[in-house]
Amino acid sequence: MAEALVYVDHVDGAVRKPTLELLTLARRIGEPVAVALGAGAADTAAALAEHGAVKVLTHDAAEYADYLVVPKVDALQAAVAAVSPAAVLVPSSAEGKEIAARLALRIGSGIITDAVDLEAGDEGPVATQSVFAASFTTKSRVSKGTPVITVKPNSAAVEAAPAAGAVEALDVTFSAQATGTKVTGRTPRESTGRPELTEAAIVVSGGRGVNGAENFALIESLADSLGAAVGASRAAVDAGWYPHTNQVGQTGKSVSPQLYIASGISGAIQHRAGMQTSKTIVAINKDAEAPIFDLVDYGVVGDLFDVVPQLTEEIKVRKG
Amino acid sequence: MSLRIVVTVKYVPDATGDRHFADDLTVDRDDVDGLLSELDEYAVEQALQIAEDADDAEITVLTVGPEDAKDALRKALSMGADKAIHVEDDDLHGTDAIGTSLVLAKAIEKAGYDLVISGMASTDGTMGVVPALLAERLGVPQVTLLSEVSVEDGVVKGRRDGDAASEQLQASLPAVVSVTDQSGEARYPSFKGIMAAKKKPVQSWDLSDLDLEAEEVGLEGAWTAVDSAAERPARTAGTIVKDEGEGGKQLAEFLAGQKFI
Repeated sequence: MAEALVYVDHVDGAVRKPTLELLTLARRIGEPVAVALGAGAADTAAALAEHGAVKVLTHDAAEYADYLVVPKVDALQAAVAAVSPAAVLVPSSAEGKEIAARLALRIGSGIITDAVDLEAGDEGPVATQSVFAASFTTKSRVSKGTPVITVKPNSAAVEAAPAAGAVEALDVTFSAQATGTKVTGRTPRESTGRPELTEAAIVVSGGRGVNGAENFALIESLADSLGAAVGASRAAVDAGWYPHTNQVGQTGKSVSPQLYIASGISGAIQHRAGMQTSKTIVAINKDAEAPIFDLVDYGVVGDLFDVVPQLTEEIKVRKG
Repeated sequence: MSLRIVVTVKYVPDATGDRHFADDLTVDRDDVDGLLSELDEYAVEQALQIAEDADDAEITVLTVGPEDAKDALRKALSMGADKAIHVEDDDLHGTDAIGTSLVLAKAIEKAGYDLVISGMASTDGTMGVVPALLAERLGVPQVTLLSEVSVEDGVVKGRRDGDAASEQLQASLPAVVSVTDQSGEARYPSFKGIMAAKKKPVQSWDLSDLDLEAEEVGLEGAWTAVDSAAERPARTAGTIVKDEGEGGKQLAEFLAGQKFI
């Protein structure tokens, strides 16, 4: 059987959820071979094996942390040369897309980004994408070389599929470009204790109607009652009420959770682009004419300062 | 020695319009008004700020696209860029990201550059891969997705805000930079700027000017193929209630029914 190469996104050996989802999709294409780089790479093996990786290629070097993107491209290229896979799958993070693009160019292959589904086809993997602010769904494939495809978080379920997960050292020679862009400082984001926005099963977002940074505490309380991530519309971020890392929309994160709760968000195209593929959508807004109500499964026309606290309280009561 | 800045820009269908596909499954560019991709305005803005801080700098805006794409160049020129290059050729229709990066890289090399600045992504394709592809093709450092950027003594520095961490980056010129919408509000063209733009030079190049063959680009030269495009079915109308004092509880009831609570 052919092999499907999966680039592993991990933090010091802790594999992030989108990579486990990739393994589910990779198994439709071939036997998953994972590539884990940097500090803690070998520690990823157990989790990867549990979810279907037959092999885990690892390599650690200071370059992965000290220089931007290119060292990882060099390593992934070495893995492609070693394995000759049927496809290369990479998580659709900002960095993942850059790594995938450079890899594709180097190995003479086409690239598809931000797939939301993947299936095997007669002419290679067929990727489903959501385009034009999720108003269209396209099916595409790579027509030249080894398909390189980046996949968005929440595109597949994480499935247990125990496999060998044999760890093998990957032989990597860094290119002349590898040390071109130096990372001179790194400030890790402070953990909020909440799930990662793009990975969360539930997202609670606030917009212009929240009317102030201090009022985001209401949104956070609701999110915490549901174990959800917190999002914000561009209007709220531009106003300085919430960090840009939490922005949902065309120029922020694109999310596809099981449940999306929009509070005080009108639903401009900019925002819809980032949340329209959510499974269930709920909105609270004072304006009955707000376009967000065209998308919802359930909407409450009302003041979020009344509705959100009542909802939070009711959830707490029901959860006991 | 003058600092030569090339800003890559894209002419895109207005995202607030009713965007759709043409019969050949390329983006329909006829039925929706086009404009300079909003995210590229940030690239033009940062180029202008870097040029203002430099002793001597020249900003060239570069686009690949049909005749109408000149509108995007005009906008950038009216913001303050010095000159423009328009790569236009019928054979370019349907070019994918890999092909676009080839055309841009050839044009950038022909124009001459110390610094390339791009937006973080286009607002139509939204792939966000062209800056990385340009760095790969040009063989120069990629300093991308910056929310803060400065150039001094032949070195570009910037801050890249990622999911896990905020990173300080540094590279020697020549380099390819991309900036996010957090890099600073783009200026509006002044009346004077709009008038001045009309007199600024716009060069037109075709594939032969770049020593490129038709089969290297366009739909035929693309390394990816779109097999189908379907309009997403409208979401079925949901239940809308007016809050009469029990809105939060009603919503909780709905969420419980859907097993979210």
